[in-house]
Amino acid sequence: MSIINDTDFKETLKFWPRHNEAIYRRLESKHSWIEKTSSGDGSPVDALEQEMVLNIGPQHPATHGVLRCVVKLDGETIKKCVVDIGYLHRGIEKIAENKSYQEFMPYTDRMDYLSPYSNNVAWCLAVEKLAGIEIPDRAQWIRMMMSEVARISSHLLWMGVGLMDAGAVSVFLWTFQAREDIYAIFDEVAGARLTVSHSRIGGVATDINDVGFNLIKDFAEKFPASLAGWEKLLNRNRIWIDRNIGIGYMSAEDVVAAGMTGPNLRGSGIAHDIRRFEPYLKYDEVDFNIPIRTEGDALARYFVRLDEMKESIKIIRQCLEKLETIQGPVRVEDAKRAYPSKNDVYYSMEGLIHDFMYTDTGVSPPKGAAAYHAIEAPKGELGFYLQSDGTGTPWRAKMNSPSFSNLQALETMMEGAQMGDMVIMIGTIDPVLGEADK
Amino acid sequence: MNLAWYWTALIAFGIVNFLLISASVLVYAERKVSGYMQNRPGPNRVGPFGFLQPFADVLKLVFKENIVPTAANSFVHSLAPMLMVVIAMASGALIPFARGVVIADMAVSVLVLLALTSISVYGVTLAGWSSNNKYSLLGGLRSSAQMISYELSMGLAVLSVVLISSSLNMVTIVEDQGGGYGIFAWNVFRNPIGCILFIVTAFAETNRAPFDLPEAEQELVGGYHTEYSGMKFGMFFLAEYVNFFIASFVIVTLFFGGYLLPFESVLLAQFPGLEDSILLMIMQIGTVVLKASFFAYLFIWVRWTLPRFKYQQLMTLGWKYLLPISLVNALLVAIGVIIFS
Repeated sequence: MSIINDTDFKETLKFWPRHNEAIYRRLESKHSWIEKTSSGDGSPVDALEQEMVLNIGPQHPATHGVLRCVVKLDGETIKKCVVDIGYLHRGIEKIAENKSYQEFMPYTDRMDYLSPYSNNVAWCLAVEKLAGIEIPDRAQWIRMMMSEVARISSHLLWMGVGLMDAGAVSVFLWTFQAREDIYAIFDEVAGARLTVSHSRIGGVATDINDVGFNLIKDFAEKFPASLAGWEKLLNRNRIWIDRNIGIGYMSAEDVVAAGMTGPNLRGSGIAHDIRRFEPYLKYDEVDFNIPIRTEGDALARYFVRLDEMKESIKIIRQCLEKLETIQGPVRVEDAKRAYPSKNDVYYSMEGLIHDFMYTDTGVSPPKGAAAYHAIEAPKGELGFYLQSDGTGTPWRAKMNSPSFSNLQALETMMEGAQMGDMVIMIGTIDPVLGEADK
Repeated sequence: MNLAWYWTALIAFGIVNFLLISASVLVYAERKVSGYMQNRPGPNRVGPFGFLQPFADVLKLVFKENIVPTAANSFVHSLAPMLMVVIAMASGALIPFARGVVIADMAVSVLVLLALTSISVYGVTLAGWSSNNKYSLLGGLRSSAQMISYELSMGLAVLSVVLISSSLNMVTIVEDQGGGYGIFAWNVFRNPIGCILFIVTAFAETNRAPFDLPEAEQELVGGYHTEYSGMKFGMFFLAEYVNFFIASFVIVTLFFGGYLLPFESVLLAQFPGLEDSILLMIMQIGTVVLKASFFAYLFIWVRWTLPRFKYQQLMTLGWKYLLPISLVNALLVAIGVIIFS
């Protein structure tokens, strides 16, 4: 009873109206947030005097999750747009501060749920940098290969959903068929289809078996043919080209100012790819190109992503070749830094103790250590900043997620565009709200 | 009350039922064809090969609650879907299905057909306006803009056909295509540009992809029929399928020889007994349905392949390309008619 009396619920309940009022104030609309039906003296308001404010989302089918855009419309033209995110906020950074480093890793699957493997790798690399763990070669190659498979999976969803938003529903089903193959790979390699959680601090959970290896091999052989088939339908399709060309234009200065990353950056002619310029894992040992376009519109980003998928296949093929020659452990054989193998846990007492201790406290980086590690996730720079206080849980964990920074450009892009362009723009930014809202 | 009255009533009964059943067959066909295009089996649970799926869908729609938004204009909200269905069905009266099998064989049936297609836009616009939903309103506005842009080109394409056969009567237009050259007397060979123009505008008039801007599932969330549920939504659904089947029939009637069998004159010269027989009538009905089914398939094929147009693209195509081409085509056909006649 006392808690209820002490808490001022009135203020809490006012959040939603105030939030909406703030959004409409940013739109500078004559439109109040509850629609006016009469102008004070009882006479109906002139509809032509009022500007139309359209609330798109968070349950709108084209907003890729729970993005909310409030747009001010003049006919079909969008005059101003305010983007509202946070509908999928789960306080994931705070959760990280209450979990041990290894315990938090499965949570990263839920951030960018279209490429969970990249998130696992990003988190593990950041923790390994913080604690100074060197992981075995084979684990590095496996991580790299699977991250590229995850990149294809993410780009396939972007492609399918982007086309479906534009009205071509069949492509969506075709890309999902290819994604089904990728899910089969993850199922075989990691044991789960969506939330893979295969990476471990100090390596990966399991080695790739022959079945998984052959699945990836088959995929790398089959996929370029299906991609070529889709390109045949789309690359010279007048409707698709016209819907993309000049849409969502961002100049090189604009993208840098907005802080966009990934394919959105490279579509505007900025040659920046962390895989090339700050190589992590074994990216300095493989041969691949960074596709760059200078046009800066949705079409340029479309071609950049298509080419990236081809480059990923190239990397996967090289990884497969390497993995045939490189043998060895897939996890650090140091019980203070990584889980011992199951063989040790089940058949030796030390192993069991180490397993218990690792689960209980886990890896403990030195007090005061801080590290930032970023990887080139499918959507751009995915970085984790970690600060240690010497215990098994991070004192501070900060996520630099690409979807969040890419969405900053949406308001600029939308101004002056058409209603029909809206879906193309959201598609071309390719946000995942699990990651943007954190 | 003479015998002709009963004959017309019988045909009318037959055609209305045929159209209603064909709508459900088309729904099944669309889902099945799209399934095969997308490497999936499509409906296959209700009945053998999923044949009963459309009937299950209709049952579901009938039993669903009919929701009218509080702020909607309920009279217009109910009127709009009825308007759509009635107009779609009424167009069926003008299509000749075989020699002598037509409900309304009037002297100006082509004009009536154009008038009916023009009125059908009111169904969409009124539905969009009366729902009192911004998405629906945008859908309704898009629809009216689309109709204005495409009606002119469609009218001019029809005009070129009317010039060739010098008649506004659909039956005369069909009979005019049965010249001595077999299938080469079809208007598609005498007036190919007009044929392509008419097919494109027919896609636009029926609001089918890639011209489905008024409903735009992704951006407008269904557009004009967002606020409809139950059988009222079912009526829009029915009207859409009847509309595009009728459009297929009109394409066939105007450009592909209508109910005429290919090389019918040769066939009749060989077997004079066929003339005015029941067998010929059945064959003619089969021919026109087969030809129309091909175009219905074309409608489905295009829908599941192409992305949707953007608003400006649609306007550019309509005013900058189709209208000048159809004007020039009508002029050329007129000159041709003068020279050859």
